Amino acid sequence: MKLNSFQIKRSLAAGAFFAIISASLVSCGGGGSTSGSDSTSNSNSDDNALIGAGSSFDNPLFSKQFSEYNKTSGLKVNYQSVGSGAGISQLTNKTVDFGASDAPMNGKQDSALTAPAIHIPITAGAVVLSYNLPEVKDTLMLTPSVLADIFLGKITKWNDAQIAAINKGVKLPATGIVIAHRSDGSGTTNIFTTYLAKVSEEWSTKVGKGSAVNWPVGLGGKGNEGVAGSIKQTPGAIGYIELAYAVQNSMPYAKVQNKAGNFITPSIASVTAAANTQIPADSKISLTNTDAADGYPIASFSWVIIYKEQKYNNRSLDRATKLVKLLSWMIHDGQQYSSALTYAPLSAAAVSTGDAILKQATYDGKPILQ
Amino acid sequence: MDTSVENGMVTRSDLPLRVINSTPEAISKAKKRAKRSFRQIRTENVFKKTLMLMGLIMVILVLGILLTLIVQSLPSVKALGPKYLWSKVWDPVQDIYGAWPFLLGTLLSSFLALFISIPFSIAIAIFLGEYHPKGWLPNFLKNTVELIAAVPSVIYGFWGLAVLVPIVRSFESAIGVDPIGVGIFSSSLILAVMIIPYAASLGRSMINMVPSHLKEAAYGLGATRWEVIRSVVLPYTKSGLFAGILLSLGRALGETMAVTMVIGNTSLIPKNIFAPGNTMASVIANEFTEADKPVYLSALIELGLVLFLVTVVINLIGKKIIDRFTNE
Repeated sequence: MKLNSFQIKRSLAAGAFFAIISASLVSCGGGGSTSGSDSTSNSNSDDNALIGAGSSFDNPLFSKQFSEYNKTSGLKVNYQSVGSGAGISQLTNKTVDFGASDAPMNGKQDSALTAPAIHIPITAGAVVLSYNLPEVKDTLMLTPSVLADIFLGKITKWNDAQIAAINKGVKLPATGIVIAHRSDGSGTTNIFTTYLAKVSEEWSTKVGKGSAVNWPVGLGGKGNEGVAGSIKQTPGAIGYIELAYAVQNSMPYAKVQNKAGNFITPSIASVTAAANTQIPADSKISLTNTDAADGYPIASFSWVIIYKEQKYNNRSLDRATKLVKLLSWMIHDGQQYSSALTYAPLSAAAVSTGDAILKQATYDGKPILQ
Repeated sequence: MDTSVENGMVTRSDLPLRVINSTPEAISKAKKRAKRSFRQIRTENVFKKTLMLMGLIMVILVLGILLTLIVQSLPSVKALGPKYLWSKVWDPVQDIYGAWPFLLGTLLSSFLALFISIPFSIAIAIFLGEYHPKGWLPNFLKNTVELIAAVPSVIYGFWGLAVLVPIVRSFESAIGVDPIGVGIFSSSLILAVMIIPYAASLGRSMINMVPSHLKEAAYGLGATRWEVIRSVVLPYTKSGLFAGILLSLGRALGETMAVTMVIGNTSLIPKNIFAPGNTMASVIANEFTEADKPVYLSALIELGLVLFLVTVVINLIGKKIIDRFTNE
């Protein structure tokens, strides 16, 4: 009988345990459906922490900048590296203080916003073409039209006459060209396809530009590491990856001819140079195919996006001021951490444009920065 | 009676008349006994209700997921219509979406993986279930097979990319197809390894459960071991073996990470089993974060819905086959 009552207690306890789990499951389900509208109130609960989300390309730089800024100001920034598109949609849902994106918002994303947003250029990056040609010792050179034809699948052998004509004196092998591209939607793809669409009429009509496109040929790899893996393993492969990734993993990359006709080696300096051009007042410019004579042509800004009117969802003036001050610090003092992490520091033109844009941010109609 | 059970009180009316008329000790003893049995009944009720609640939550969860998928894919269903299923172009730039290449890739890689894995899983099941059920080597083998199921799929992906793909590439150049390495064939090989434990462990426990008098009778009639397996063990366990194979097929259909890393990820229709392709699960994983247009996002969710329905249909067909096996 004693044993019996012990068993009863045990089964009771088990029952209670299951009940607790099921209750928490149910409450999770309930919470999930409403999170879109009311979670900003959560973010307001801690006034000394800001929340951002978006570009994974920016993440290493942001981590460094935010930890340095935390030392001087005590402000915590929680950045979620979820991808540019997801960052923009979180800003649209007003669940974050700022979004970060490798591409300016497109028309459809803009129209989903309930209030106007402003873009602040925060850093610049480049996309390089890495290849696997063990026989070729010199740096490969590419012109825009040849590059487009390679990715359209029209040039299929490395010893093609068009490639040989640019790379005089280089002995090119007869191997087939294997294209490696990103399989995940990404800002890197967006920069690269924007460039190809600018320099090739055929690319623009056949494929177009976007963070994911319908590739005519090639293998998809997930992330920079996936593309880099395909390139390293496959003889005759060529693919596009971020400059920072190629430098850190010492992969070979090609010189690309820019609009002025110069063959430019991608580097921090040539990316900053690409940004030294006429920047429109809203900063929403693609640096691809830049006019700058010594600028690398496949480069792009990365932006932080915030609402122009900062008084929304019961946000305090204090919070808005902290956000704008943080962004101002990032485009000035924060730039010193760029080069060490292989990001291109903003050009002087970009910084002054960024300053002007930050001054447009208002709280209750009044400018935040004086 | 009911009310007194619920509030845990024992009244005089609950006791038999015989006890009420006897000594006070007997009354209190009987009251105690009655109280205990009431408590047991209550526990039983609570436990039964908890079990029912758990089951109900699972049903609600699955229906909720299905409902979410349907509601969220409505924009794409409206925009693209049923031709979504058989059109061959997936072009997010121009908002043209067709699931056919991915449907084909999913089915091709999963069934190919299944065919590769079946000989291994059945052999392991027979070896562990019939030949060597006990001992250190079978135990070691059993644990190893179970470990295969516990390894995270991203590790299979890495291993596939680093080790398997170069081997497949040299194999491909030896037989004269494009030596790319990644593709449907590589992903099927990886999937085959990943799904072996599901069919193997279910098959092993099924074979263990074959009544020994059946086998002993067969041995008594002079059957060899192979004959016993062929005419007693396998016929007795075929529905269980099939259920295990079905379980592994379900796993193969939904596997995402490892497949994404070795399948080559192109939206083109695969020309042969060595060509690169894509599966529904890996397209969703790849493109979900950066789907920047409403129809694009919705088309990806519809892909999830199609995957869900494919899994349901395959499971239903499997159930039918199992029923036929057992009814024979």
